[in-house]
Amino acid sequence: MTPVTARRPLHYPSISPSPFPHNPGSLLSVNDLTLDGLNHVLDRATVLERQDPLTRDRILLKRRVALLFYESSTRTRTSFELAAKALGADTALISSLSSSIEKGESLKDTGLTLRALGAEAIILRHNSSGAPWLLEECTHLPILNAGDGMHEHPTQALLDLRTILSHYDPSTKLCHHERDKDPLHPVGPDTLAGLTVTITGDILHSRVARSNMLLLPRLGARVVLCGPKELLPDLAAGSGPGIEIVRDFEAALRRSQVIMMLRIQAERLAGLQLDLEEYKAGYQLTGDRLRTLAPSAIVLHPGPIIRGLEITAGVADGPQSTILEQISHGVAIRMAVVERALAAGSNGGCA
Amino acid sequence: MTAIAILNGHLIDPAAGVDADKDILLKDGKVAEVASPGKLKQAEGVQSLDATGLVVAPGLIDIHVHLREPGQGYKETIATGTAAAAAGGFTAVAVMPNTTPVNDTVEITRWMQAPERGAAVRVFPIAAATRGSKGEALNDFAALKSAGAVAVTDDGHPILKDSIMRETLAAAARVGLSVIQHAEDTRLTHGAAMNAGPVAFRLGLRGMPAEAESGMVERDIRLLAELRDVRPHLHVAHTSTAGAIAAVRQARRNGLRVTCEVAPHHFLLTDEHVGLYDTHCKMNPPLRSSADRDAMIEAILDGVVDAIATDHAPHAMHEKEVEFEKAPNGIIGLETALGLCLRWLHNEWKMPLGRVLSLLSAQPAAVLGLKGRGTLAVGSAADVVIFDPKAEWTYHATEGKSKSKNTPFDGWPMQGKVRWTISEGRIAYTSA
Repeated sequence: MTPVTARRPLHYPSISPSPFPHNPGSLLSVNDLTLDGLNHVLDRATVLERQDPLTRDRILLKRRVALLFYESSTRTRTSFELAAKALGADTALISSLSSSIEKGESLKDTGLTLRALGAEAIILRHNSSGAPWLLEECTHLPILNAGDGMHEHPTQALLDLRTILSHYDPSTKLCHHERDKDPLHPVGPDTLAGLTVTITGDILHSRVARSNMLLLPRLGARVVLCGPKELLPDLAAGSGPGIEIVRDFEAALRRSQVIMMLRIQAERLAGLQLDLEEYKAGYQLTGDRLRTLAPSAIVLHPGPIIRGLEITAGVADGPQSTILEQISHGVAIRMAVVERALAAGSNGGCA
Repeated sequence: MTAIAILNGHLIDPAAGVDADKDILLKDGKVAEVASPGKLKQAEGVQSLDATGLVVAPGLIDIHVHLREPGQGYKETIATGTAAAAAGGFTAVAVMPNTTPVNDTVEITRWMQAPERGAAVRVFPIAAATRGSKGEALNDFAALKSAGAVAVTDDGHPILKDSIMRETLAAAARVGLSVIQHAEDTRLTHGAAMNAGPVAFRLGLRGMPAEAESGMVERDIRLLAELRDVRPHLHVAHTSTAGAIAAVRQARRNGLRVTCEVAPHHFLLTDEHVGLYDTHCKMNPPLRSSADRDAMIEAILDGVVDAIATDHAPHAMHEKEVEFEKAPNGIIGLETALGLCLRWLHNEWKMPLGRVLSLLSAQPAAVLGLKGRGTLAVGSAADVVIFDPKAEWTYHATEGKSKSKNTPFDGWPMQGKVRWTISEGRIAYTSA
């Protein structure tokens, strides 16, 4: 087409600034955390993790937290619940399959109902991208995004970051397999400078990938995205600074100190046909590939893992795997964000 | 019906080539006389409107409107929708057939025009091209035309099958009706909620590629070329992509009868305006990239675009207050079109007022062959808008006449305030 001619400099309607988050306790996106906010969360995660459970449970004693889950979940749901309970809060779980959601109640009405029941914060997992923003708009409660559609999963990125920080040695710019130290702290724009994190697999449908690719470059890490075009469109590289696409998995592995593998989300493929054998040949993380190309890297996976598809059982259970550590970091991180959500009027760390 | 004399105004009637101070007499629903100021022959015993300092122009014509009746009166009725039209300066609206049931019969076409509907301005039904808009069997175009239909379309359910679209174009040409196509290859847009591109990726939403629109326009133009002998007329609804505009531009050069319209939101907004899942920025076609938006502006200024049409699509508040993917497509537009066009096309982008008004009246009338509309030449319908072109005001959706409030333009500055709207000789709207 003909480009717009230069004869008229065009002035356009502006885009209004985002009104979100309405509540300083909300964590809708990893972008809601300033660097100070991020350090606060990382710091509190460590303090709370070490604290005596018998004093820790006074922090949010009898405060009410609702877990609203429109999708199935093992790790996220359980760790949020354990985190809230560890701080003494009362939790109520509402899942789409045993509530009035089945009868057609809207997200807005469900949120207003929970607020009327005394919920002071809502942890939301939803299959539609953007649902936490709607819920916050309708309730103005602190909303913790526990995964929205294909969009974001901020606490997963935070726990992934904490996992990386507990293995990373800034002096050598290497990760050590042994978890022999506390997570690096505090963090700044250069903390992860020199570190390359490769995220491999179904990037298109992955909220974990989106949150990580927004968060990690803010600390100086390079994020390499790897996968076939069907699961990783070229425009993904434009999602933010510090992100690039490398289609050749083995080339990407060679450069990486952190390897994050993702599951193929069969439930979101929406008719997309994928040759799984071809996919495995190209992108499966095998013991051979790991040994020869990235012998000192750590391997992350947000779960659920499909053994034998994106990752072999040997790698998942092997010494470079941090999959189970990630899960325990999840509890610590979620204690910190639940506490932040209910710390009314605190400096919340809002951007 | 009393006669109305509009005195001391400045008449802009692009179709008649008039841009001068004139007095106008309306009588029996027609324009009876246009004279120099103070020179009307029979100015006594008639109601006179003082249009000093105001522009007098042919009533605006919106050829893409959803009035929701029959079937979805909770969103809008013909009465409320046409009241909104009158408030926006429109004296005629062409209404889409995606009602419940679909307007694919003579009965519904007549029902929409019946006096009992309480329309404030003229309603021109556009009938469904195929039975139930299912894209399979053609309706009886001759019968629909004699019942008052001014065009046929399966708007919202584009006709995908080449054979059916070819038949539709040929059959419509035989009876002298235009075919309006909502150009979207729905095989490429399944499950998509916004424009495909970096914003959709960032928001984790499935996107509608621009090619789904431009590809369909190209297909339709190929069919037009095949049917060159019967000279069918294709009108491309709510054009939103640079590719579709390029196809229309080329087809015109090749002598084919193709026209197109652009909606204000497509020349003003981009997919970035979706922000964090604002459902008032969800429509189909979706808000596109800034390059597409620029192509719309360019095409309007260059004259490739034949009409500004709003795609006024009312939805109840509760329907839009849901997850982005679940929200219905569409926004209301009748009460903001003139204010936005004057504020942006005229003021900001320096399009002459006469050309802006032409895109909102004379040209859309020509697209649908609405005889005696879109001009104030003597003998034409007494459809007039009288507005203050300089007045600046802020639009508040809650104060609007439409039953629905779904608009991204709430709180926006507007230019050009409608003082009176006159439909077929009756005052349909007077500003407070």
